Order: sequence, then structure tokens, then C-alpha cells
Amino acid sequence: MIVEFGHFALVLALALSAAQVILGFAAARVADVRMFQATGNVTLTVFTCVALAFASLMHAHFSSDFSVINVFENSHTKIPLIFKVSGVWGNHEGSMLLWALILTLFSALVAVFGANLPDRLKSNVLAVQGLIASAFLLFILATSNPFARLPNAPIEGRDLNPVLQDFGLAIHPPLLYLGYVGFSVAFSFAVAALIDGRIDAAWARWVRPWTLAAWMFLTAGIAMGSYWAYYELGWGGWWFWDPVENASFMPWLTGTALLHSAVVMEKRGALKIWTLLLAIITFSFSLLGTFLVRSGVLTSVHSFASDPSRGLFILVILCIFVGGALTLFALRASQIEQGGLFQPISREGALVFNNLFLTISAATVLTGTLYPLILEALTGQKISVGAPFFNLTFGPLMVPLLMAIPFGPLLAWKRGDLFAAGQRLMWAFALALVAVLVMLYVATGAPILAAFGVGLAIWAIAGSFADLLGKAGLGKNSVGVAITRLSGLPRSVFGTFLGHLGMGVTALGIVIVSVFGTETVLTMKPGDKVEVASYTLTFDDLTPFTGPNYSELQGAFHLTGKDGEAVSTLISSKRQYIARGMPTTEAGIDTHWLSQVYVSLGDNTDDGATVVRIWWKPLVTLIWFGAVLMVFGAVASLSDRRLRVGAPKAARRAAAMAAQ
Amino acid sequence: MMARLLRGALAAICLLLSVIAAPAWNPGEALQDPVLEQRARAISAELRCLVCQNQSIDDSDADLARDLRVLVRQRLVVGDTDSEVFDFMVARYGEFVLLKPRMGAKTWLLWGLPVALLLTGCGVLFLGNRKRSNSRRLPELTDSEKERLAEIVQSQ
Repeated sequence: MIVEFGHFALVLALALSAAQVILGFAAARVADVRMFQATGNVTLTVFTCVALAFASLMHAHFSSDFSVINVFENSHTKIPLIFKVSGVWGNHEGSMLLWALILTLFSALVAVFGANLPDRLKSNVLAVQGLIASAFLLFILATSNPFARLPNAPIEGRDLNPVLQDFGLAIHPPLLYLGYVGFSVAFSFAVAALIDGRIDAAWARWVRPWTLAAWMFLTAGIAMGSYWAYYELGWGGWWFWDPVENASFMPWLTGTALLHSAVVMEKRGALKIWTLLLAIITFSFSLLGTFLVRSGVLTSVHSFASDPSRGLFILVILCIFVGGALTLFALRASQIEQGGLFQPISREGALVFNNLFLTISAATVLTGTLYPLILEALTGQKISVGAPFFNLTFGPLMVPLLMAIPFGPLLAWKRGDLFAAGQRLMWAFALALVAVLVMLYVATGAPILAAFGVGLAIWAIAGSFADLLGKAGLGKNSVGVAITRLSGLPRSVFGTFLGHLGMGVTALGIVIVSVFGTETVLTMKPGDKVEVASYTLTFDDLTPFTGPNYSELQGAFHLTGKDGEAVSTLISSKRQYIARGMPTTEAGIDTHWLSQVYVSLGDNTDDGATVVRIWWKPLVTLIWFGAVLMVFGAVASLSDRRLRVGAPKAARRAAAMAAQ
Repeated sequence: MMARLLRGALAAICLLLSVIAAPAWNPGEALQDPVLEQRARAISAELRCLVCQNQSIDDSDADLARDLRVLVRQRLVVGDTDSEVFDFMVARYGEFVLLKPRMGAKTWLLWGLPVALLLTGCGVLFLGNRKRSNSRRLPELTDSEKERLAEIVQSQ
């Protein structure tokens, strides 16, 4: 009954979101107050309906109602509660419903928090959001109904894909979708602005927080996915240039560019047309990602089922929205007035530089991802484009970006002084130079290469500090005054600082673990010892263990320091899930400060020994720690006074009172 | 000097990034000669495990990947150069086996696009900037205007 109720709510949501489109566009035309209000109310109702549908699917998973195909195929009575919940989106139908839920959530948020938006703009934005929601709700109902029933309910389910039974996966898709779908707001604002034919600095001020929030979630989602792959797939890699990873990375790259170009537009009124185009491109990449992952064009962990009709449907949605938005852009962009002149060496110039390299790297990733597909479709020839290609093309594009990071915030708007900025970065450069020299002295393998990479990362890190401390006036004032000034800086300054610092920190982690990481593969019997970095790893024993829905062989290890003192113990196991008979490796990971020892079990040999793969991963955690810093940067920037709801009004009121 | 630095920088990043992949090979497979083994690992990282999802034979657990790893080492022991090993693999399994496609008739667009985009982007920015600064330059004052200006300044 609850399941049918959910199905009904979803159908209602589709009908109402169609109404939202018509009402929204009509309201913007006739400028009627009641119609403006109705558009907002319908938007909220659509969200409520989708939320009810989602809740009823969740209830079905919760209560293990195997008469529902979706529950039967992706759940089991014995899996822990958290995986019953995450199983809701650990499959095609459920994940599309989550997509629709988040999309309508963002529409509802615009309706609620957009009180100070011009009515016309708001109605147009909600109408475009409604259009996207209609398309995806229709897609769910027509091709991927999560509420379909089985005629005879089975007693037991087929279990959730074992690889997905993990806490990381429980939160990875919602975070990623909040990012993906969050960019729809920037897209809708861009389309609304094009329909209106006008756009100003205020537009950028409204779009920035939404973009920032979406970017924050996407950053967290990608980092989470990367760490999940690192510990779950059992070979210690953290980025594979898998097409599905690329699908989430492309909107991140253009979204990062959008964040930066929106700054120029808000502060200086320049780059208007470019910012609109970026907003459209970023969400187009989100749609492309959804298509690539959901259509089954690519087969991977992420594409749960491949059905050509689904792929075709999403392809049509993709073409309509991307094609429609770009056509509108082509027709209207020339009407938009460009403003704000600037010299090449200026804050604007630096942000254009950032945009140039970020969009080209996104284009490179796009080409590499789609080239084999297109070539095969056109000529039937099969080629592979893998990690070596991306490292060779994407890597060099990041070098100028990292080099430019410290300069950007130090240049003045309109006309900057590169020499003065350079002077303020003297000690950052000195630190980077010291790092290079230390590396040249320490490293024996590939010294120049490693030294250059580390120097670059240190340069970005120290440069971020140079900007922040410079703004606090350290060196010119006493330390006390500098601290007071530091705490008085706008939070968006800390946002910039943390974002740029995070980039440097991630880069440092990547370089160090690549250069100094070691690997050891050997056969071990209980009692055997092996050196790992400055530690000794001892294989204690191999024992069988039974979990709620799996059985496994657990290898126990312990680490000892130089003087034989116990450091820690590790469990690494090979797991077999009962329902699907599928094996997984559960790596044993031990974190020391920022570095990790990673142990993964291989096959057993004939003489009773086990193949053990051991990696020493120095500073590997910095890769994800940098992403966490970027997320904190976004939080700091979002909490900036300017962006808080009602803050400008309060300030205005205070000013008015003071004037009296 | 600059070009050399830049080339070094690019090579640095490429090399750094290319060693990230971790092995799935087994201890018995390693060659005695460490130099040869190093070459075998580097080659393995650029060959696709044909039955896997976007994995190199160095990363994969699959039986086929193991067979190919052994094959690569056999070729090296016989005395093949790196490019001969790649040629051998391509002859057997087609271009599909290479994770880094060769530059050629069907891949020039793939390799050329990043460079082309970078050049186009720089070109557009350069031209746009020149046009803007030209349109900003105000016309010089005519002689009569200069006289009037001088009069105004004197009368103040």
C-alpha cells in the first residue's frame, strides 16, 4: 500500500512540475503577484511529493518488502541497517529517484530563500528547474520505475552488490548528486537571464552561493569516492581515470572555473557572457555524467544495469537541455552588454588565466573519455585511452595553475603589479626553493622531477599563507595587531586561503606518495617478518571469521618500530559474500601521522603461504585532507556576511538608524 | 633555457603521475635482473588488461593479465626493446591493448586538441585584449581644441 502511495506521489510530482513550468513562464510574462506566489507554492509541493515517494521506497527497503523488484534485487534480510538505507540509492532506479529528490530540493530552496530575487527572474528560474524535473520524473516513471512489484513475493532478496556494502558508499552518491544537481541552479539562472536578455552584478551575487554550495558537495563527493576506491578496491590506487570518475571530475573543473569567473562578474561586471556559458557547460557536464553512468555505455561498478532504452532517453534529455540552452545562448548572448575593462596583468587577468587552464583541462578529460566511444561508433576501430594518456596531458596543464595560485589574490583589480606581487611572495619562493634543495639532497630516485613537484606544491601552500598574512599586515604591524586584523578579515578571504591551500596540500600528497611510496609483494607464512619503511610488519595468523552476510579469512598483522616497540595491529581480509558468492578484499590500513601502511591479501600458494601486498604510502592522507580544506574554504566563504540571508538588509537598517 | 625548464617540468609531472598505479603481480613473476624488471613494470602499466574494466595488466588480478605480464617479461629476456614489446602486443591484440594510444591518423585529434585549444584560447585572449585597448584609446585633440583648452586653463 505504502509503495503504491509512493508511486502515486511520483506521478503527481510529474504533473505538478509540468504545472510549475507553465505557471513559472506565464508568471514572468504577465507579472502577476498571485501567479508568482503560486509558482513558489507548486515548487514546494513538487518537492514534498518526491520526498514522500522517496520515503516510501525507503520504507520498502527498511521493511525488506521483497514483493518490490527493486528491494528484491538490492537487499537482503541480513544486511546491516545502514546498508538497507544506502541500498535505496545503490541501484539504478533508486539513484535516479535520489537525483530527482535533490533536484526538487534545490528548486524548493530557491523558492524559499529567493525572497529578495526579482520576481521575474525567480519565476523563470523555477520554470527551468521544473522543466529539468519534469524530464527526469518522466524518465523515472517511463523506464526506471522503482515501485514495480513482483507477482509472487520471494522470501529472500538477492543482496546489495558487495562492493557497495560500505560506509563510504552510503554517503558518496548523495554528496556527489548534491554537487551534480546543485549546478542545475546556476544553469537555470543562466537560462533565465538569457530569456530575460539582461544580466548584472546582482545576478552573479545570487548565483555564487548556489555554485559554491554545489562545488563544495561535489568536492566532498569526489574525495569520498576516491578514498572509497583506495581502501575498497584493494590495490592502493586512489584515482584511476576511469570514465565514471572523469564524468564527475569534468563538472568539478568547469564548476571551479565558474566560481572564479562569477567573482569577476560580481565585482567588476566583466566576463558576463563567458560566465553564462560556463554555467551552462557545467550543468551540461553533470547531465553528460548522468548519461555516461546511467546509460550503460560504460560498464563499471557504477552502472548497475544497462538498458538501451534508458540510455536513449537520457541522451534525448541531454540533447534537449544542452542544445536548447546553447541555442538560446547563441541567439541572446550578443544582446548582453560587456562591461569592465581590465589590463592583462590584473586580478581579472589572473582569473581569466585560471579559467583558460581549467576549461582546457576539462576539455582534455572530455576528449579522452569520449574519444574511444566516438571512434568506435564512427569507424568500428577500438582504441583505449587510459591513465598514461591523462597523466601526460592533464598533468602539465595543472603546472601553470599551481604556479599562478599565489599571484592571483595579490594582484589588484583592473591593473595589477606583477613585480610588487612577486616581492610579497619572496619568502614563499624561498621556502619552495629550500624544499627543492632538500629534495635534491634527500631523493635518490628521480631527484629533479620529484624536487620540482614538491617545490611547486610548497609554492602554492606558502603562497596561500603569504596572501592571508599579508592581508593581516604581518611584518608591518606588531603580532598582536596582525592577529586582530586577521580575525577582522571577511570570511571570504579565508575561503580563498583554504581553497588554494587545499590545492597545494593535495598536490603535495600526490607528489610525495608517487615518489617515495614503496611496494612489497611477497609470500608470507604466519610468523614471517618484513621491513616497511622504518617499521617491521609481522604476519601473525590467518583465521576464518563470519560476519552477518559474509564469511572471510582475516589476516592479522602487527607493526613494530625500530626498537621493537609495538606500534599497532592491522586486520586485512579476503571476504566472500554469501548471497552473491562474490569475493572482495578488505585492505588493512594503518595511519601514522599523515602516512599509511596498506596491507592487502592475495591468493594462497600451494605450500600454505599467502601472497601479501604491502604499500608504504607516505603523506597519502594529504590528498584527501586537501579536499577537506577546500570544503572548509567553501563553508567559510558561504558564511561570509555578504551572502547570509538578510544580512545586507540588516546593515542597511542599521545605517539608516545611525543617519537619524 | 626556458624551453628546457618547461620540458623538464612536463616530464617531471608525467613521470610522477605515471608511477602511482600499484601492482597486482605475484612474487614469482619478477625477473632476477632489477633493470629488466623495472622496464617490465613500466611497460605493464601501459598495457590494457583486455578482459578488465580500464585496468592495466600491472594492476589486474585476472588470469589473462598474468599471462600477458609473463609474456612481456619473456620478450624482454629474449632481448626485445620496449617499442618492440609494444609492437609485438599490438600485432597480437590490436591498438586496443595500448592504454596510451599512439599518435596516428585516427588519434591526431585526441592528442592535438589540448594543444590546439591552448593556442586558440591564448590567441582569442590576445586579440580580444588588443581590440579592447585599441577601442579604448581616445582620439588625439585637434589643434583648435588644444587652443581652446589653453584658453580655458589661462582664464582660470
